[in-house]
Amino acid sequence: MEYILIIISAVFVNNILLAQFLGVCPFLGVSNKVSTAVGMSGAVCFVMAVATLVTYLVQYYMLVPLGIEFMQTITFILVIAALVQMVEIILKKISPSLYQALGIFLPLITTNCAVLGVAILVVSKEFTFGGEPHMLNLAGSVVYAIASALGFGLAMTLFAGLREQLDLNSVPKAMKGVPIALVTAGILAMAFMGFSGLV
Amino acid sequence: MSKLSLITKGLIKDNPTFVLVLGMCPTLGTTTSAINGLGMGLATTFVLVLSNMLISAVASLIPSKVKIPCYIVIIASLVTVLQFVMQAYVPALYETLGLFIPLIVVNCIVLGRAEAYACKNSVIDSACDGLGIGLGFSLSLTVIGFVRELLGGLSIFGNKLCDGDGMLAFVLAPGAFLVLGYLMMLFNKAKAK
Repeated sequence: MEYILIIISAVFVNNILLAQFLGVCPFLGVSNKVSTAVGMSGAVCFVMAVATLVTYLVQYYMLVPLGIEFMQTITFILVIAALVQMVEIILKKISPSLYQALGIFLPLITTNCAVLGVAILVVSKEFTFGGEPHMLNLAGSVVYAIASALGFGLAMTLFAGLREQLDLNSVPKAMKGVPIALVTAGILAMAFMGFSGLV
Repeated sequence: MSKLSLITKGLIKDNPTFVLVLGMCPTLGTTTSAINGLGMGLATTFVLVLSNMLISAVASLIPSKVKIPCYIVIIASLVTVLQFVMQAYVPALYETLGLFIPLIVVNCIVLGRAEAYACKNSVIDSACDGLGIGLGFSLSLTVIGFVRELLGGLSIFGNKLCDGDGMLAFVLAPGAFLVLGYLMMLFNKAKAK
């Protein structure tokens, strides 16, 4: 039951993009076409799940026992950067077709703040899903990461669809490009606010 | 280029938010009030100036194959220093900005300046460049925060103007996108004239 609440909360209520503002750069950058948006979301989902799993273990089996929690920022970003490199190499060997699909997006993900953001969130924030506020356990963290990535994918795909239509319309000159995209995102965020209070 | 023009070009001509469109996450996430925006901007400026100086000092020693990881380690160390400083002197602001302080590591402005400017220029010039871009970032964050605070809470820098509620949506998530979008439009319009 708790996992279902985590998923609904992360996908709809506290959408990582539209409510928490994590990962806005790729949101504005690579959301011109639905196909690229889906590819990017797939890559983010994969990396976010693995990264959260590894950083969770690093936090509780390395940093906390040694009493060096202040090294969190440095360790996490290094783990994520190394992981992205490794995922890229492994994918290239094991599944060339998946690598073809995700390949160009993978290097971009190291500097996607959503990945580092979720990794830090799950080990530093208390969540209230069904009862008392508590820290997420390992399984909960990974579920939260995957659900966040799904929320990212949902917002990204919806937004890419809107932008494809937007290209066909005439927009005032000063609004062209990023400004109109931001206003559209604002309206989309307003629609997602309808979910607040659901969980 | 003179030192002064290096600093001032970041304010308008190369403004990181309105012209370069970099570092969108903190721009949207922390500007619920003018003070928060200013705090976030100054925190980023701190990291930007020091990272530009350090990177321009050691750039010639780093082999080009591993330069990005090295830059990231330097930036992450500086962010850790910043976290300690903020926890000690402005704990309330540190709590409010929360997650966005460690996320300065992945702010594209910082890595972008390291790659585009600091690794090719002298230490002093890089410091001026970092200061200019940082102040430009602080300025735009303060302006966005100011507008959101005014429309959403009817107050200026925390001082209530009149009784009653503002348009709450501007303090919540959608307002961030809308205000930034319209401000960017005004900026484009002013620049085109």
